[in-house]
Amino acid sequence: MLLVPCPHCGPRNSADLRYVGESVSRPDAESATPEHWRRYLYTRSNPAGWLRETWYCRLGCRRFFTVERHTASNQFRTPVVPGDKPEAKA
Amino acid sequence: MKPPARYSALGLARRGISGDSWPRAWRQVELRPSYDVVIIGGGVHGLATAYYLARNHGITKVAVVDKSYIGSGGSGRNTAIVRSNYLTPEGVAFYDRSLQLYNDMAGELNINVMFSRRGHLTLAHSDAALRTMRWRAEVNKLQGIDSSVIDPAQVKELAPSLDVSHHTRYPILGALYHPPGGIIRHDAVVWGYARAADAMGVQIHQKTEVLDILVEGGEGPEGKGAGGRVTGVRTSQGDIAAPIVVNATAGWASLISAMAGVELPISTRPLQAAVTEPVKVFLPTVVVSGSLHVYVSQTDRGELVFGASVDPYNNYSVRGSLEFTEELAGHVLELMPGISKMRLLRQWAGLCDMTPDYSPIMGFTPVEGFLCDVGWGTYGFKAGPVSGETMAECVATKSVPELIQAFGLDRFGHGRLVGEKGAAAVGH
Repeated sequence: MLLVPCPHCGPRNSADLRYVGESVSRPDAESATPEHWRRYLYTRSNPAGWLRETWYCRLGCRRFFTVERHTASNQFRTPVVPGDKPEAKA
Repeated sequence: MKPPARYSALGLARRGISGDSWPRAWRQVELRPSYDVVIIGGGVHGLATAYYLARNHGITKVAVVDKSYIGSGGSGRNTAIVRSNYLTPEGVAFYDRSLQLYNDMAGELNINVMFSRRGHLTLAHSDAALRTMRWRAEVNKLQGIDSSVIDPAQVKELAPSLDVSHHTRYPILGALYHPPGGIIRHDAVVWGYARAADAMGVQIHQKTEVLDILVEGGEGPEGKGAGGRVTGVRTSQGDIAAPIVVNATAGWASLISAMAGVELPISTRPLQAAVTEPVKVFLPTVVVSGSLHVYVSQTDRGELVFGASVDPYNNYSVRGSLEFTEELAGHVLELMPGISKMRLLRQWAGLCDMTPDYSPIMGFTPVEGFLCDVGWGTYGFKAGPVSGETMAECVATKSVPELIQAFGLDRFGHGRLVGEKGAAAVGH
């Protein structure tokens, strides 16, 4: 069982949450090129190591949050405060 | 070069009596400083590519490198099911060619791959699923694939152990029946390609990990990335110069491609599978349920092999989990209540490189000389032979064969996704 540290509900079984996936920031709609949109939609770094990812607390607080997890050992780092936006990459 | 011993019934009997050992199936040789083609990944895909490069195109100065032993990744961890009843016309044509190659493999490679065309049932538990089955059947028939929708009574005839009553939580409303589908011995496929490729001069280097891919002239850091040109690979056994490098890895596709500065739309997730103790043969076909995320087949030894869907989050670990076992057992018993006393022997996991449209990424990349045969999600094993054949053509002719034109990396930029909802991990 993977215990996911929800910033509101505390550790919860991953089955109670929905995995949204690797965190990617939305490009600025005013200046984004098709290449930016392509990267936002599809390209993922997919590291074997620390991954910044988004979860949705489906059966708990029903909020999204970002957290860092190691994709080989499944350890978590301190969750990022909800509402924090990952810095724009595009 | 001494030709390898041919496998035959007579040879088996002779060695059985005399106790002589078999010669090595492939050579162990020193790494050369340069090759025409370096293939990263010694699985079905990598070895098949090497084999077809040598056989169809006469390119034999080829090295297949693997960080572990050959067939240790997805090629040895899949559930050995082959079929061609996919949903998209591109997918159907592609996987059907693979099935043909599998069919002729035992004779061509002189190895017993134990191909059993026992039929393949995809169960439908809802009206929506049944509709998808009809859709798939029609797409299949149009391309000449033997595939049809059958009712629960016919399902019961084909697989008597299935519970087709209406008292279950997920009643079986029908199934997509695909007689040419079946199971094949995946290790023999790997060994067969390795032995045949080796006999034609291809070198296989196990325990040779790729640490970096050497690229020059690209726009990224260290000259990597788009516009660059491959010059070789750096391995744990030393540098190799090569104008063409093929990434035929599964599970590590993103990491290997990143070494050349190529980013991929891939998320890596494990898929867990399990096998039971052997029992008398009672399940004559392969049974798959998309809604219950399970597929079941019985091996020639009598063990039941179960596969599930991919895990719900990215992971590079191949450890199993108890949750998986519980869920899987529940789903299998839903289909076959009669096997509740059977014990699981072991479970394992393999890494699946999932793409957004459940289709592979094949062919050229923005880096010249760096080719990809990746993103094989849950359907890599059944595509092994055709991937080898088409990737070899790609390398030799420098053009993309028609069968894989839909699977290029550039499709994501152009919004031309394939949308293969007939893949194993997709619920209907």
